[in-house]
Amino acid sequence: MVARTQAWKRYNIRVIWLSLVYAVFLIFAVYGFKHQLVPHPLAYLVAILPALPIIGIFGALGRYLVEEQDEYVRMLMTRQVLWASAFTLSIATTWGFLDNFGLVGRVDGYWIIVLWYFGLGLGGIYNKLTLGAAGC
Amino acid sequence: MENRLRVLRAERSWSQQDLAEKLEVSRQSVNAIETGKYDPSLPLAFRIAELFGLAIEEIFVSPARHSSRAI
Repeated sequence: MVARTQAWKRYNIRVIWLSLVYAVFLIFAVYGFKHQLVPHPLAYLVAILPALPIIGIFGALGRYLVEEQDEYVRMLMTRQVLWASAFTLSIATTWGFLDNFGLVGRVDGYWIIVLWYFGLGLGGIYNKLTLGAAGC
Repeated sequence: MENRLRVLRAERSWSQQDLAEKLEVSRQSVNAIETGKYDPSLPLAFRIAELFGLAIEEIFVSPARHSSRAI
């Protein structure tokens, strides 16, 4: 683990706020659909509400990479992001073909984000093994 | 990239943390550069050189020169 920089602290604050917004939007959407309170024209908008803060977290990560002044720490995080993306895309592609041939069942798309964050952790382990520092 | 950063730092009795603070980077960055695990960007290499009052090539060994010396 490396030192927490100012950019990292700002990133964490943004993620905490976005996570709170996600929780509120998710509860709102689930409650609305469960009690049939969402009129059809608004259904698509309400359904994607919980996705918006998650997209915001990706934006916060991009902003962090721009704001990070410590180039070594930035490089560690960039490697983690590449690991996470490669890991997620590989699993999604493999699962897609298995699904196509009827060998596995359908999986909800939002598991992609869970896989991606798991991949971020794998990238940290790779950093630790190869460079001696995991990253943020 | 091979370098003399650890020696130069030791000559001044600076810890890695001291050097990191002077360069405004993390201690891990200094450690990674010293051990040759990370090559600094040109702007950071200049900052390091200016801090020690030396030219970049007096701190960092050119990889081309290093390999030719090995031959």
